[in-house]
Amino acid sequence: MAVSLQESGRVPGSAPSRRRVRAGTRARRDSRAGMTLVSPTFIVVMVMVVLPVLWALILSFQRIRLLGIRNLDVLGGEYTLRNYDLLLGSSGFLSAIRTTLLYSVLGTAGAILLGLIAALLVRSSFRGRALVRGVMLLPWVAPVVAITFIWQVLLSPQLGFVNAVGTDLLGWNSPIPFLSQERGEITLFGLSVGVPTALVMVIFFESWKSFPFAFLFILARLQAAPAELEEAARVDGATPTQIFRHIVLPQLAGVLALIAVLRFIFTFNAFDEIYLLTGGGAGTEVLATQVYSFLTARNDVGASAAVAMFMAAVLAVFLVIYVKFFAGREERT
Amino acid sequence: MSSGSRRWSRNTIETRVLKALRPLGIGFFVLISVFPFYYMILLSMREISQVTQAPGALIPESISLDAYSRVLRSVEDGGEGFVRFLLNSAGLAAATVVVTLIVSVLGAYAVARLQFFGRRPVEFLFLSVYLFPPILLAIPLFVAFSRLGLRGELPVLVIVYVAQTLPICVYMLRNYFETVPRSLEEAAEIDGASRFQIIRRVTLPLAVPAIAATGLFVFMIAWNEFLFALLFLVEERPSWTVSLGVSQLTNIETPATTLMAGSVILTVPIIVLFMFAERLMTEGLTRGAEKG
Repeated sequence: MAVSLQESGRVPGSAPSRRRVRAGTRARRDSRAGMTLVSPTFIVVMVMVVLPVLWALILSFQRIRLLGIRNLDVLGGEYTLRNYDLLLGSSGFLSAIRTTLLYSVLGTAGAILLGLIAALLVRSSFRGRALVRGVMLLPWVAPVVAITFIWQVLLSPQLGFVNAVGTDLLGWNSPIPFLSQERGEITLFGLSVGVPTALVMVIFFESWKSFPFAFLFILARLQAAPAELEEAARVDGATPTQIFRHIVLPQLAGVLALIAVLRFIFTFNAFDEIYLLTGGGAGTEVLATQVYSFLTARNDVGASAAVAMFMAAVLAVFLVIYVKFFAGREERT
Repeated sequence: MSSGSRRWSRNTIETRVLKALRPLGIGFFVLISVFPFYYMILLSMREISQVTQAPGALIPESISLDAYSRVLRSVEDGGEGFVRFLLNSAGLAAATVVVTLIVSVLGAYAVARLQFFGRRPVEFLFLSVYLFPPILLAIPLFVAFSRLGLRGELPVLVIVYVAQTLPICVYMLRNYFETVPRSLEEAAEIDGASRFQIIRRVTLPLAVPAIAATGLFVFMIAWNEFLFALLFLVEERPSWTVSLGVSQLTNIETPATTLMAGSVILTVPIIVLFMFAERLMTEGLTRGAEKG
């Protein structure tokens, strides 16, 4: 408003009524400029994302195999519930849901726990802190193909460093095929516990790869926290763990919830990590790898789209949670 | 003993224990972050026969760069042809950066500064694209491009990558644009500059570091991308990216040491880029978290 007043001040002989008209055209001009500027982004997103997703929805109600794809009638053909029927009756689908949830929840929890500890450790300054901080981002920055390959070799029964140390120094009877063993046993104090080895390993991997993400967000929040509160508590005789529990943690609640939702979404969607580490074998088949195997190996586009639609439905719920609790607050700042 | 002195002693114990644990904890995190990469470089320089004999060795017996020359040589010369893959990856990532930046700078400016009809729904749309599963998108794109006979074409993949990186770019750039003081733009407007002149002469020059950081971030995403490269390029070996090369040759009879050299080649450019722009990139991502 102030601008348009001054602007009109420059124009000789502008009447108050004209001023209001100018303000109106300015808003309209801004609106037009905004729509023009945003339209390239909007068009790319519509053509490359929104329309394909809608088409995937249609595909999930059709019986389509990839082999006949060249003669495929895009929208026509018969609509059927066969794909969804097939999924609901298949034990593979139900176990993929279970595995996806375990993987997402535990992977998220592991990443947040590691990230929280790391952030608390490097919070106050010490020599080489910037370097340490940068180094701790490596697992998150490095290409997923490279790090999954490194871990495959590290954990390999023949070449792997971990098994070499285990058999030579820790007295393991035989190498453990970490990424291809569905069930193993751990004996602790004479008590045997069954462990889903490969699933545990991919969860560890996910926690390792993603802890820097949590670390970054938590550290940013910690550095914005006022020091006076903690100082006051210290003066009052609160111990470090009490300060953490009653002063630091409550301030982190918001950012922890934000990371939890974001990490859950990303881990739920994740395909690369599991596909590259285990190929979805040994009890690690998640929904994303199942979509892929329906699409390529089993050549069944319809079933593949149906699994993806199920994922999208779950994601939509979390998206709503995210928008409701987080996006609004960001808007206000 | 009074309760006061007991609390005091708990305080001392806690403070001392935590003080002693802190360097250990930092050491632990540095170790888990660095060790796998050290191991990668180590294996890339050992002979495969040495690795099978002594998989636990942490210091190379002798340094050999054979794996690098094998992985880089073209297939005709008995190598794996990674020079070709490097060029593919670099070209793909660079093209993605250019297109994404041009499109997203405009979009981000609009979202940051201008009140326009449909602004909030558009923002919500971009956010949902960012958070939706890429695998869901893979199906229709795979089917469509198979039908059009366009699989195996690198330019097609550029469009897919642009669509994938646009939302996060708009988000990061919007955050930066909001830090450019409005008064500067208003001053230019008083001087009679049009909206597009303001963007070009005032906002963009101020946002150059931010745009560069966002560009590097896009480069990283495109360079690291795996799923779409796998779906679109896997049957065309001459079009493979470095990521695809490492992952596909894992299944074939290529020695692990050679592929470790490939992984080093895949990882080093990204880490170098990241070191340049670490602060800017991470601040762009976590802005907003400070207040949460």
